Amino acid sequence: MATINLKINGNKHRLDVDPSTPLLWVLREHLNLVGTKYGCGVAACGACVVHLDGEAVRSCVTKINRAADKEVVTIEGISEKGDHPLQQAWEQIDVPQCGYCQSGQIMSAAVLLREIPNPTDEDIDLAMSGNICRCGTYLRIRKAIHLAAEIQQGTK
Amino acid sequence: MRYNTRHKKEKRPYNIVAALAVLAIIMTFMVTIAANSRSTALRATEDEIIDDAVKRDSVKSVAAFSKVYSVLISPRCVNCHPAGDVPLQGDDSHLHTMFPQRGKDGKGILTMKCTNCHQPENTPGTHTPPGSPNWHLPPADMKMVFEGKSPRELAKQIMDPTKNGNKDMKALIAHADDELVKWGWQPGEGRTLPPLSHREFKEAWITWLKNGAYAPTN
Repeated sequence: MATINLKINGNKHRLDVDPSTPLLWVLREHLNLVGTKYGCGVAACGACVVHLDGEAVRSCVTKINRAADKEVVTIEGISEKGDHPLQQAWEQIDVPQCGYCQSGQIMSAAVLLREIPNPTDEDIDLAMSGNICRCGTYLRIRKAIHLAAEIQQGTK
Repeated sequence: MRYNTRHKKEKRPYNIVAALAVLAIIMTFMVTIAANSRSTALRATEDEIIDDAVKRDSVKSVAAFSKVYSVLISPRCVNCHPAGDVPLQGDDSHLHTMFPQRGKDGKGILTMKCTNCHQPENTPGTHTPPGSPNWHLPPADMKMVFEGKSPRELAKQIMDPTKNGNKDMKALIAHADDELVKWGWQPGEGRTLPPLSHREFKEAWITWLKNGAYAPTN
């Protein structure tokens, strides 16, 4: 066990955990932040994506000691009122079907929009290819990212 | 007194001769020391030169490269030296699932950076991301492709500083002990090892380089 200092969604936490515990376990089991999902457990599906110092990391394979003293943002912290441009677009287009992968999709898309505010279809495909949706909502996801880009730029 | 005076006057040339003789002996001694020191210094320099020198032996060099090549084209090496901009995976060197891109610096792009999944160490279990602190592909401006290269092409590429990351002989030798290179011999569960041990690889690598780094004819 080790004492780990974390900053998650702007809040500081001090936890006694095994330093090899995956970040996802700490989020869900210790801090009850269950918006981030467990999908494959081997970094292959993208359901567990959170931001670690702004990067879209897979929390299922990221040991908690790697997150120590860094900024972690989860789906719960991406906006204060659930009104991030991506969340607005997701709602308007009604993207999810079962919804299980959607927090990971939005967290990845948020990094894309930060880096490329007005992405092309190709940019979206390259950036989102690591996020799997078993319901096949890919076309709606792409459409929603375009809409979110417009909302973000104030053109919609 | 007169005698004594004359005697002293007569002894003076002998004193000068004696002093010159002593001086000559001292100078000879000093020159000998200096010469010996210079000789030692020259020997040390020559040893260093010999140590780094290329002893041209094409047969020995090419034979060593055939061993080196067997490692370089093994999945543990070639998977991160692909011909395209997507890394390879598995012992069959298939395209990496999710199609992560090389990116400008070889560390991925946007949401698909290598270290978003690949940790500083191997993740336990099979079918999990392997890891090392500096996980990356070669950068876009110097792709250092291994995939599909013949022994001759690969040998020539490795010795070309414009294609090998500006590495000279010393840097090439040191590269055998690079942390990411050595990961190939500790690849985590479910991955085969290169055909030689790291020690055998390093020995062949240095033998190839120090015998002229000859490219095979094929």
